[in-house]
Amino acid sequence: MKILIVDDFSTMRRIIKNLLRELGFNNTMEADDGSTALPMLKNGGFDFLVTDWNMPNMEGIALLKAVRADPMLKSLPVLMVTAEAKRDQIVEAAQAGVNGYIVKPFTAETLKEKIDKIFERIDAQG
Amino acid sequence: MDNDEARMAAQLDLARQLVQQLEDGNSAGVDEVIRQLRLPYERELFDELGKLTRDLHEALNSFRGDSRLVELTRDEIPDAKERLNYVVSMTEQATHRTLNALDESMPIAESLHTRSLQLAEQWGRFRSRELSVDEFRELAREMDDFLAVSAQETEHLRSTMSEILMAQDYQDLTGQIIRRVIRLVQEVEENLVGLIRLSSARMEPVKAGKPAVAEELEAPDTKGHGPIVPNTQDVVADVVSGQDDVDALLSSLGF
Repeated sequence: MKILIVDDFSTMRRIIKNLLRELGFNNTMEADDGSTALPMLKNGGFDFLVTDWNMPNMEGIALLKAVRADPMLKSLPVLMVTAEAKRDQIVEAAQAGVNGYIVKPFTAETLKEKIDKIFERIDAQG
Repeated sequence: MDNDEARMAAQLDLARQLVQQLEDGNSAGVDEVIRQLRLPYERELFDELGKLTRDLHEALNSFRGDSRLVELTRDEIPDAKERLNYVVSMTEQATHRTLNALDESMPIAESLHTRSLQLAEQWGRFRSRELSVDEFRELAREMDDFLAVSAQETEHLRSTMSEILMAQDYQDLTGQIIRRVIRLVQEVEENLVGLIRLSSARMEPVKAGKPAVAEELEAPDTKGHGPIVPNTQDVVADVVSGQDDVDALLSSLGF
């Protein structure tokens, strides 16, 4: 299970990386915004994407839309971990096809719960 | 050129008249010639004054019309103060959270350290066959106890460490808030520069444009805003209050 963590704050990337390691996901890579993440994703090999929303150059929502628009990536599970708390934004992310939405500040339990839920659903779909 | 020549010729003519009138001792005539000599300069002065008045009028009008500056001073600057205060209290909380976890961890680490040193010493005496049977029984009991406790205590340490890990999220959250304030300061600066340009338009007549309006803060909702800060315009927007709210909203959308 290879996971890409996208956030412009390196501190948050480290926190998420640490939490994922505690959950047993050791194979993670990092990108600091959508425009660096997208080429990495297109190179292939990632099974899961964790992304922030508010980032320079290419924001998380644009990255999500680009992923869904790419035939190779369109079924990649995407978990948004962001401080963006407007209802309109959450609805927009949902419509763009996000698999989970976590609002910062969050807890380790929330992260585990959402990731479990995403995989449960993927497994259920076969 | 022709204009200048005509003007020079007229001035020369007036100068000759002036000399003539002076030689004649006709003071009324002298005054009249001097008045005629001054006339073009006075017209220039009036023209300049007229232009200045018009510029001032325009500057005042465009200052009044620039509602962004008003908005900035009325809403955004007090908001920025509130945002920075929030950053101070968030960093304070994060530091206390970290220090509390450390306060909890240090005695645990110290006690594990001391007990393991004691046990190592006893174990060393056992290996050199210096322990009596009773002392060995005591050592075995202590060893049992220590193993049970250390499993428990290291688990406790693991949880305080993950508390410390999570407390570091303040850097991202406050960073986003500070960046937003930086954008605001930039916008205020641009507006002030615009104002200065307006008022100095006479000296630098290239353009006395309207103060620049930064687009970023008025961007559509799809743009990231950063964390919601209490007691600011943020709370006026329709926002969720936490993860439970997010989950409820998503489940209402069929998630």
